[in-house]
Amino acid sequence: MRGIGKRFGSGIAALEAIDLDIGRGEFLSLLGPSGCGKTTLLRIIAGLSEPSTGVRRLALTTERGGQIASGRIGFVFQDPTLMPWNTVLDNVLLPFRITGRVGRAERERVAMEINAVGLAGFERAYPRQLSGGMRMRVSIARALVTDPDLLLLDEPFAALDEITRMALNDDLLRLWDNHRPTVVFVTHSVFESVYLSTRIAVMTRRPGRIVADLPVDLPQPRERTLRTTPSYGAICAAISNQLAAAMVEERSR
Amino acid sequence: MNAARLWRIAAPLAVGAVLLAIWQAIVRAEDIPSYILPGPLLIAETLWEDGSSLLGSLMVTLRITLAALAAAAILGGGIALLFSLSRVLALSLFPYAVILQVTPIVAIAPLIIIWVQEPFLALLVCAWIVAFFPVVANTTVGLNSADRNLLALFRLYGASQAQTLRYLKLPTALPYFLAGLRISGGLALIGAVVAEFVAGTGGAETGLAFRILEAGYRLAIPRLFAALFLLSVTGIVIYLVLDTLSRLLLRHWHESAIEEGEE
Repeated sequence: MRGIGKRFGSGIAALEAIDLDIGRGEFLSLLGPSGCGKTTLLRIIAGLSEPSTGVRRLALTTERGGQIASGRIGFVFQDPTLMPWNTVLDNVLLPFRITGRVGRAERERVAMEINAVGLAGFERAYPRQLSGGMRMRVSIARALVTDPDLLLLDEPFAALDEITRMALNDDLLRLWDNHRPTVVFVTHSVFESVYLSTRIAVMTRRPGRIVADLPVDLPQPRERTLRTTPSYGAICAAISNQLAAAMVEERSR
Repeated sequence: MNAARLWRIAAPLAVGAVLLAIWQAIVRAEDIPSYILPGPLLIAETLWEDGSSLLGSLMVTLRITLAALAAAAILGGGIALLFSLSRVLALSLFPYAVILQVTPIVAIAPLIIIWVQEPFLALLVCAWIVAFFPVVANTTVGLNSADRNLLALFRLYGASQAQTLRYLKLPTALPYFLAGLRISGGLALIGAVVAEFVAGTGGAETGLAFRILEAGYRLAIPRLFAALFLLSVTGIVIYLVLDTLSRLLLRHWHESAIEEGEE
């Protein structure tokens, strides 16, 4: 992405001069305070929103004539965004329904994915019968079921309690390890971003910019014990400082 | 059946029984003539004696009501669908739907009865005009209420307009449509009765409304009350049927259809 800018109709500059290259198989976190344009940037990456300036290019395996084949991008929203009238099974089946293939292979794939997110036995349950964490798992299963090359997550765990959140962090890492899609993860939690990512882009607001772009050199695969190691703490501290410095600078302008 | 449910049925029945008893007692104590206010017992007796002829009239009214309700569901749903597909169409036609709704049916019924020669069809059109609006208005809101993020997701997967409609907009609109239909059920009956009143003897077959008029002219007040009773029962049954239908269709997911304490 080069020189991405976004202005809303109200004239507010949401994003300004964003340059970002995302490598294949990377786990990139967009970290910043609310209102810094993280979500807007994510929607531009997804193609759900057009930038006012600059260009976005995606090199996905099945891109044809600028159109990305459906199912190559998975998206997880802040809310589970499930269809309440459908069972878990039908919710996860949705991407195949839309792309027009629902055969035996697809049904097996769906069963596998539901199993992978730990919801085996809940196929016939309706979303309202599930807890918040379980709904989010369904949402993740739906995003992964098409084996996307690019997985976009917009603060997916922000509404969950810390225990559920940590469990889902580990699940997400495990699933990422299986498929190895490119991940862009939006969050405002320093600790979460350091634990999950291979790289962190720190953003600040008014207008939304990337002020720091740091690799996270921690061993793979990540284990729970990592959260208490000195190197994890050091990176968290460094990122927090970057964020704090950016906020001070913002206030002084 | 649990205690709460029993109460829900028993309490209103008990109130009804007490009111009827008071009514009967006043009529007897004050010696009110039956052409002014008949007691419930006399009304029940009339209902028993004239039952078969009144029931025949009820069938006429019921046929008009149900046909109007079906037309309201199908045409109302169809109009809402057209509105959701074309903004231009919605903007240009919706005001006319409102005009049709706010114009008193009593005022335009004579015209319709003159224009539409076939009596059944004329009454049907009148009842439909009264009944269709809640379905159109509610379903239109429902079709536009799809979750924004789900819409984005459908776009991301390259869903066609037909797919978005089938898998997202129609299910979202279903509870709204059913809520509209429940209102339309009562309105269809009112529309049918009002149309019959206006048509008078114009209709070849005589519905319940005409029997009420007739009974009024002849001061056959007990029969008037009996016909009124049948109309009320019909209205209640229509509502209960539509309410049950709504619960059955939405029982898995919509808050309105989930019993308290079911979790």
